[in-house]
Amino acid sequence: MGQLNRFLKKLGMLFGRKRFHADLSEEMAFHREQAEKELIASGVTPEAAHYAAIRQFGNVTQLRERSHEVVKFKMETVVQDLRFALRQMRKNPGFAATAVLILALGMGASVAIFAFVDAALIKPLPYPNPNRLVAVTESVALFPRANLSYPDYVDWKRLNTVFSSMEVFTGTGYALTTPTGTEPVPGERVSAAFFQTLGIQPALGRNFRAGEDAAGAAPVVLLSYRTWQRRYGGRTDVIGQSVNLSGVAHTIVGVLPEDFQFALRDNAEFWETLQPARDCEKRRSCHNLLGLARLKDGVSVQTALANMQSIAKELENQYPDSNRGQGASVISLSEDIVGDIRPILRVLLGGAVLLLFIACVNVSSLLLVRAESRRREIAVRGALGASRARLSRQFVTEGLALVAVGTGLGLLLAYGTMKVLVGLISKDMMIGMPFLRGLGLNAHVVGFAMLLAVIAGALFSITPILHFRLSKMRDGLTEGARGSAGTLWRRMGANLVVIELATAVVLLTGAGLLGKSLYKLLHVDLGFQANHLATINVGLPDAVYSKDEQVVQFARNVVRQIESIPGVESAAITSTLPVSCNCNTDWVRFVGYPYNGVHNEVNERDVSANFFSTIHAKLLRGRYFNDANDGTKPMEIIVNETFARKYFPGEDAIGKRVGDGALTPKSIRQIVGVVADFRDAGLDQEQWPTEYYHFNQNTDTYFSMLVRTRQDPQTILQSLTAAIHQVSTQAAVEEGSTLTQHIDDSYTAYIHRSAAYLVGGFAALALVLGVVGLYGVIAYSVSQRTREIGVRMALGAQQRSVYQLVLKEAGRLIAVGLGVGLAGSVGAAMLMGKLLFGVQAWDAETLMGVALVLGLSAMAASYIPARRAASVNPTEALRAE
Amino acid sequence: MSKKSDLLPGTLDMLILKTLQRAPLHGYGIALSIKRSSDDVLTVEEGSLYPALQRLLVQGWVKAEWKMTETNRRARFYTLTAAGRKQLGIELSQFEQMIAAIGRVLQDTQEA
Repeated sequence: MGQLNRFLKKLGMLFGRKRFHADLSEEMAFHREQAEKELIASGVTPEAAHYAAIRQFGNVTQLRERSHEVVKFKMETVVQDLRFALRQMRKNPGFAATAVLILALGMGASVAIFAFVDAALIKPLPYPNPNRLVAVTESVALFPRANLSYPDYVDWKRLNTVFSSMEVFTGTGYALTTPTGTEPVPGERVSAAFFQTLGIQPALGRNFRAGEDAAGAAPVVLLSYRTWQRRYGGRTDVIGQSVNLSGVAHTIVGVLPEDFQFALRDNAEFWETLQPARDCEKRRSCHNLLGLARLKDGVSVQTALANMQSIAKELENQYPDSNRGQGASVISLSEDIVGDIRPILRVLLGGAVLLLFIACVNVSSLLLVRAESRRREIAVRGALGASRARLSRQFVTEGLALVAVGTGLGLLLAYGTMKVLVGLISKDMMIGMPFLRGLGLNAHVVGFAMLLAVIAGALFSITPILHFRLSKMRDGLTEGARGSAGTLWRRMGANLVVIELATAVVLLTGAGLLGKSLYKLLHVDLGFQANHLATINVGLPDAVYSKDEQVVQFARNVVRQIESIPGVESAAITSTLPVSCNCNTDWVRFVGYPYNGVHNEVNERDVSANFFSTIHAKLLRGRYFNDANDGTKPMEIIVNETFARKYFPGEDAIGKRVGDGALTPKSIRQIVGVVADFRDAGLDQEQWPTEYYHFNQNTDTYFSMLVRTRQDPQTILQSLTAAIHQVSTQAAVEEGSTLTQHIDDSYTAYIHRSAAYLVGGFAALALVLGVVGLYGVIAYSVSQRTREIGVRMALGAQQRSVYQLVLKEAGRLIAVGLGVGLAGSVGAAMLMGKLLFGVQAWDAETLMGVALVLGLSAMAASYIPARRAASVNPTEALRAE
Repeated sequence: MSKKSDLLPGTLDMLILKTLQRAPLHGYGIALSIKRSSDDVLTVEEGSLYPALQRLLVQGWVKAEWKMTETNRRARFYTLTAAGRKQLGIELSQFEQMIAAIGRVLQDTQEA
């Protein structure tokens, strides 16, 4: 009741504030009058009495303030302070913008990185009791985490005493017949209690039942939520329907929840029970499974590992032929999923927090500069009766206002950064990191931001308060204070700025070198025309296309069909797209040449007759393939220049015969042409010798099509799929793309681009921070030396020499920072090693560019305080003594 | 803000309430009354008096109204409320306990 009463009274006074003040004034006037009267009565002259009464009464404003403080709400002053803080910001937009921006940058970077850390390290497994889940596999000397064979799995499951359940899973793929043709779809085979072990219940229908993974059980399948939505329109009557997967009818028994994810195989559309029907699953020596288990209560990963190792040992004794050297491996599931990226994320988070720290120090230093210039204001306010608490609260409010705006902006920035960073992750990599899908400003991330905000807020409020505690307030009125605190700060700040600038130089050089590498990489001479090429992957069902002639016929038809699309110049087939890798290799030997037993390893590609003309490669000698030839004719190959030069130096390669390691008669083929080298390998890989088989003579049921178009290749991707399905509805067609996209998305380009972007981002941040830090230190130094500068000018120093004075101080810091940074960056660049392509670590152009960028921006930042120093009015500076 | 004579901390409210117990008074009257009844030992500073009065008003221990003085001058008179009387009782008993305790401590020291 008392509380409420008090509140109501205060409320009354808040609204009747005018009256409150009037009452108070009148009351005090009365008091003074009475005192005056008394003094006169005691014999003092009226005039003296008047002054004595006023003197005795003291500071009226202060008194009124204090009376007011009793009755007012705390909120009232907060609003007042806030209004004042905002006015201060508006009055000094340069300071406010810089401080807010710095804070927002630091916050944005660390919050964005934290979001990744949160998603990947703190909650990577969206299952109940995730830390009881372990990945169980076999282990051999060569692969510490090898696959598991089905018979071993059955024994492990039966003999172990540490798991409440143990399940297996393995990837698979199906040819799915859809209204638009046959599509290859990813799937997964799992043992019956797989989802129970994870703790997942289907959103619709039922889970697999025990025994449904036995050999010969009726095939059943669960749909992923996305597949259910995309392929079945989210209809509930799919349960019980039958779906044809690679020619086998499966009954749909359920749909997995929308938020279900399984990082080790996240793109699977269909999940079927793993029935040990395949040949591999009948042999103990064939390893094709991965294990997943839930630990019993109180069992540690180490205990489980020991148990599995002893079982593996038993099996090794029992089945020495198949199980020699087959150990066991048990690690936590989270380790299995995020073990690789954990160190990277930790380093990134460390870097981001460091940046934030530097940002905070910089903002503090800016606040000090400003506090210095407000010394007078504060002193005046203090003299007029503002209490210390009241003044401190003003600083707190200003600090908090700054942090609030900075945090808001920082969160926006973090959101943008997250989107950019996620965009950098390629589709294939994303499948392995489903936990990053929901990345955003969730409760954890916002909580982290708030925590940072509180720390920053505390720092920014305390800095100016401490500053004024250290220096006597009264001195403020004379502008004469030069405490030792100021000198200390200047020295510390200067060292810090040198470190900041050096860091910025290292990061800028790194970014410059990586950017240049990326440019060189993407502009590497490909040896063919990559633009205006569309590409699409095609798979033919082996069961239907079992004979080579069928494949050859399909290939001819499909090329003809595609070439009839308007805008298409020519179409070709290859087993592996250009700009992929030094892979799919063959070991060769030459007829009529001595053989020393070494492997002559060359790239092998199977290409259709018009492949070379389609990609605009250059024929050096001989001829291209003839489409009329096929397996009935003698085998022909075309080789690249490197091949010819390496194996037939100084000779003509045309007509030479090549065979396999044993020169099996069937393997012998004749070289009919030599093409100029073009890029089969990745962008940064060395040029290998390559042999090109005629596709008609070396067929494959899975291949890529290359289509040269007159217009933008993107526009014909739709009609490509249609054309292929016109030839055969059974052909599984993947999503089309362009060759430039293929190159841009290639692993090499991806790694280089990510590195360049990340380092570039950090470098930009470091540059801004370093430059602002420099500004802060120089501006503070100028504000401390105003008097000295005034004296110098009064004694005849020209503006020019004042500029010199300030810029020399800045220049020294910049020079030291640059020197240390440049030396460090050459060292850092050496460590980048393989990430550099076509540039040296000491690339003069980059180093000079960095020195120029940093030097100019740093000089610009120090020019502002220098100008302020030069415009000091000597009379004013001296009068302030 | 030099102080002529320090009041014991926390006793100003009590002194004001006690003064008002006798009769309603204006601010100046309160200061004067305290000064006189303490034989000029205790001086209530204006800087403390008015904030204290506002505090008591907010707590509901006194109420204020504008009245005429004997010299026909408008002044704000403070009157003790029932709650104020109760509060005075509490503060007095606390104060007595405190004085007694201090007295005991001082006595012990003398005997030792």
